[in-house]
Formats: sequence, structure tokens, C-alpha cells
Amino acid sequence: MKSLITILLIVFSLAFISCSDKTERNYQYFPNMYVSVPYDTYGEYEIFPNEQEALTVVEGSISRGFTPYEYEDNAEGYAKAKEELKNEVPYTEENLAKGKELYNIYCATCHGENGNGKGYLVQREKILGVPSYDDQGRAITEGSVYHVMWHGINTMGSYASQMNNEELWLVDHYVMKLKAELEGKEPREFETESE
Amino acid sequence: MRKTMERPLNLKHFFLMFLLLFTFTTFAQDEEEGGYGDYVPEVVANADDAKGKELFNSLCAACHKRYKNATGPALHKVTDRREMDWLYKWIVNSQELIKSGDSQAVQLYEEWNKVAMNAYPQLGEEDINNILAYVEMPKPEPKVDVAAAPAADAQGGGGISTEIVLGLLAVVLLVLSVILYLVNKTLNRFAEVNGIPVRADKPKGKPIWVAFAENQFLVLVAVVFLLLAVAWGGYGFLMQVGVDQGYAPIQPIHYSHRIHAGENQIECKYCHSSARVSKHSGIPSLNVCMNCHKQIAEVAPETQAEGEKEYGVDYNAEIQKLYEATGWDTSTQSFTGDTKPVKWIRIHNLPDFAYFNHAQHVTVGQIDCQTCHGPVETYEIQKQYAPLTMGWCINCHRETNIKVEGNAYYEKIHEELSKKYDVDQLTAAEMGGLECGKCHY
Repeated sequence: MKSLITILLIVFSLAFISCSDKTERNYQYFPNMYVSVPYDTYGEYEIFPNEQEALTVVEGSISRGFTPYEYEDNAEGYAKAKEELKNEVPYTEENLAKGKELYNIYCATCHGENGNGKGYLVQREKILGVPSYDDQGRAITEGSVYHVMWHGINTMGSYASQMNNEELWLVDHYVMKLKAELEGKEPREFETESE
Repeated sequence: MRKTMERPLNLKHFFLMFLLLFTFTTFAQDEEEGGYGDYVPEVVANADDAKGKELFNSLCAACHKRYKNATGPALHKVTDRREMDWLYKWIVNSQELIKSGDSQAVQLYEEWNKVAMNAYPQLGEEDINNILAYVEMPKPEPKVDVAAAPAADAQGGGGISTEIVLGLLAVVLLVLSVILYLVNKTLNRFAEVNGIPVRADKPKGKPIWVAFAENQFLVLVAVVFLLLAVAWGGYGFLMQVGVDQGYAPIQPIHYSHRIHAGENQIECKYCHSSARVSKHSGIPSLNVCMNCHKQIAEVAPETQAEGEKEYGVDYNAEIQKLYEATGWDTSTQSFTGDTKPVKWIRIHNLPDFAYFNHAQHVTVGQIDCQTCHGPVETYEIQKQYAPLTMGWCINCHRETNIKVEGNAYYEKIHEELSKKYDVDQLTAAEMGGLECGKCHY
């Protein structure tokens, strides 16, 4: 009798201990439609190169609603974009607010909330050499800002994977606004949403 | 610290001053930082390296490191390699110098894959001297060990001392029980010798479990309690089947949300950018890692020491794993093209028959990330915070109000449904957020 109880106790406690291993998934009861038959996004399958479900698109193909960016990732492309590329997105209050939101997510961590190159990571000396937007040697323009966000420059990487075309232009507006503020210029007038 | 000389002096004075200054500065620096080498021109050696550090960090450090090649070459000992006049021209406008056909400039440009250096018209000669003074400071000896050792002692001491205290307590307990036993034995012997009867031989009654078994009421109550306990245990056991709350597998790279999202306050959506626009809030691809880690090849010495002590992780080695995966060669600062994806282990997983969309919760619903994923910025390794069971989803849909302000889509439907339910704020459940088809098709 007594030994039976002890054995039961040991079995129970063992069962509980084995359940609480947190590096393994819990067991499931009849996982009927738990695992997907089609390919999961970011899944791992032997059939694909590198076992990655996420394949890259064929070079040169254009999906609907996407405009390829035509300036090349080099000094000439930069100079050209700086010279002639213009922001087509209307400069409205709403768009600027969206741009600000995106800027604070993706840019402010290094460039600072007011664009003076003193973001949180710079203050902690994790990332150095972030220029202020009113840097004279760079003299950024709408086009050059977009070009740098798209391709990245030197140590800064590309942000085209995190934002789409339009979002990049929204951030562009906000960056130019910060630049104007740093240089003490008059804020640009908002356009009306007629376009 | 050191000042630039501004007054023109005659040659004799100058020579004397030079000697004096030189001996003085070298002497002072020998104590502080080992001094500049002989190669450093005097204007640089006397410049203000503190100002230089500020300028260097804000303007130059994006591409240059002092002792290591980055986008541009390592700058330490540059004054040994180049003439000062050339440096002034180059720094202020390198492209102009290249165009003028200066052989050194052209050669340098070619050598570094024609990466153009920015122009710095705002820098005067004095600024450049200051920057060079900072650049030419000799590499400091790693003081990490000295600084980390006492810290390790102080903090690690806490962990060890509790163990020691516990051990000591155990030993004391053991000694006490041995003493008690011995005293008891001796007293018994005394009693025996003196002829005092010891109470040990009192008559034995029934064993307690027999007495218990004979009392039917007690047995009945006990059985009821036992049944309740079994039911409680059994129900609890069945309810946790298939729930992965707290699941924390070992990932191929030890990625710390604590450092990135917590200490460095990187916005969640910086890396998980698709949460804004997509059903999936994907694991960031490695280009997002390289946005920062091109420049950050090593963690700060304090962080490294902390990682080794508290978590047993060599953070620097983990960053090397990232470089291996992306094919980033730190010595040439370029990608080799030899990549292999990191096989992260997915923690939060819904069965395939449930549809969950991040964008409509994050962008439209404006739910904080922490509501569902817990205080991720405090997690050293990622774990599942919420149970992700259907009851958990439904509970939140019943309690959460829809964000109707500023959303034109809701204008009409909000008005009508509000009238129907006679409320101001609609919950997700009242909008039909509990219907089967919404999540399970």
C-alpha cells in the first residue's frame, strides 16, 4: 500500500517535471489542422534553394503598384538624384504627420528627433558620425535624401525593405522640414489635398 | 588641455618654447596616455583633442575608425603618412583635390574603390588640428579586465554568498541534530544508571491509519476531497495541453531583446517593420541587422562583461555569427557574397486554421506590442508571454474598444451599431469580432 502511494507520487511528479521543459513545445492532442499543408510564410522547406520559402523575385520584374527606382547606387547616381529628383507626394499636414511617425521609428534612433544627428544611439556612443541635416558639406536635397534612404550610403544601410516608396517620400518631407528648422528657415506652406 | 600657439614668435623664442612645450607635453602624456609618437607634427600635438573627439564623432566616425579600417581607412598615424597641407585640402574638399590631379589623392581614391569622401567646408585648420590630435592619440590599453574584475567580484559575490550562507545553515542544522541525538543518548544512559524509568516503553496503541480507516465519516470526507483534488488536477492538466505559454527555445544566435529594445530603445517596428502593413510581423531579414552592425562589431566592454557573467554569453562571438551569416568581411569591410540564412526558431505559432493579422491590430487597432507579447524589452531570450488560446483572444475582443476616431471606414457603421447597442464605444465583440468566420473562415 505504502510503496504503491510512493510510486504514484514519483510518477506524478515526474510527469509534471517533464511537462515544464520550456525549451520544447507542449504536446498536442490530435493536431488535425495545426500544421499547414501549403507553404508557410518564411517557412523552411527542402524544395527551395537554401531551404527558404521566401524566394527573391526575378530581376527586372515589376509588380503592380511598384515603381522601380532608376538612379544607380554610386556617386553619379547620387549626384543626379540630388540634382533632379523631386518629391511628388503632396506636402500636407496629414502626410507630414505620417512622415513624422515613420521618422521617429526608423530614423530618430540615430539622427535624433530633431535631425541634429544626436539620436539615442549616438548619445550612448554606439553609432558615431551621424551628421546633422544642416551639414554644409552634404547640403542634402529632397532627391539626395530619397536616394540615401533607398540605397544607403557608406555606413548607413538601405531602408527600402522597411518602408515602401510612398512612405519613403513621406519621411523625405519630414526630413526636409527638420532641415529647414535646423537652418532657421521659414516652414514650408502646406499644400491643399486637391491633387 | 593643450593649446594652439597663436602668437608669432621670433625664432629663438620659438625654439625655446618648442623645446619646453615638447618636453612638457610628452612628459604629461607619458603619464596620461603614453604620448604621441615622434611623427606627430607639433600643431597637432598641441591641439585640443577633446574638441577633436566631438568633431570626429559627429563628422568623421560614420566612415572612419581610428585604429581599424571602416568605409574609409584607419586614420591613426595619418600625419605620418601625409603632409599637413595635403590633409587640410583633402579634408575640406577631397573631390576637388582628386580633380586637380594630385597623384596621392587619385591613388587613394582608386585604392578605396572610388568611394567619395564628403566635403567639409565648415572645418577650419584649427578644427582639423583638433580632429587629428584626437585621431593620433595612441590606442588605449584595454582596461576592461581591471574595470570588470572588481565589478564581477562585487556582483558575482552576491550569488556566491547566498550559496555559502545556505550551505552554512545546512551544516549548522546537521551539527545541531547530531548534538541533540548525542545529548538524548547521554541522558538516557544517565537515567539507566540512576535507575529512573525512561518513558520510552509506553504501551503501543493502534496505528493511526487503522484508527482512521475505522472512522467511516473521516474516510468519506477524505474520499470526497481526494476526488475533488483529482478532478482539479486532471482538469488543469487537460487545459494546458497544446498551450505553449513560456516557450523559450534556444535560438541559433543569442539575440537579446533586452539590449536592443530595452537599453538602446530601438522602436519595435524598426526591425519588425512588416507589423505595420502585413499579416505577418516577420523576423527582420539580416540587412536590417547590418544597418547598425556594419559599424557595431563589438559590444561595449561593460555589456560584454555583463553577458558573460549573468547569461554566460559571449556577445561579440554572437555578432560574429551574424557576420558569418551575411558574409560580411570585417577586415575588408565588404560582403563576400557567401550567405547562409539564420534558422530562427518560431515561438508564437497559431494552428493553421486560425487567421491572425498583425497590421489590423497594430496599425488600425493601435494595440501596444506589449499587450500581447509581454515586456519584450526586458527579455534576454525571447519567450511566449500570452497563452494564445482562443479564450484569450475572445476575452480581449470583449473588453477592447474599437478606435473609431479618425477612421472614415467606421463613421457610418459606428453610428448605427452604437444606436443598436445603445453605447458610445463599440467593442470588437459588438463589431462581430466573435464570429467564427472572422478568424476561422
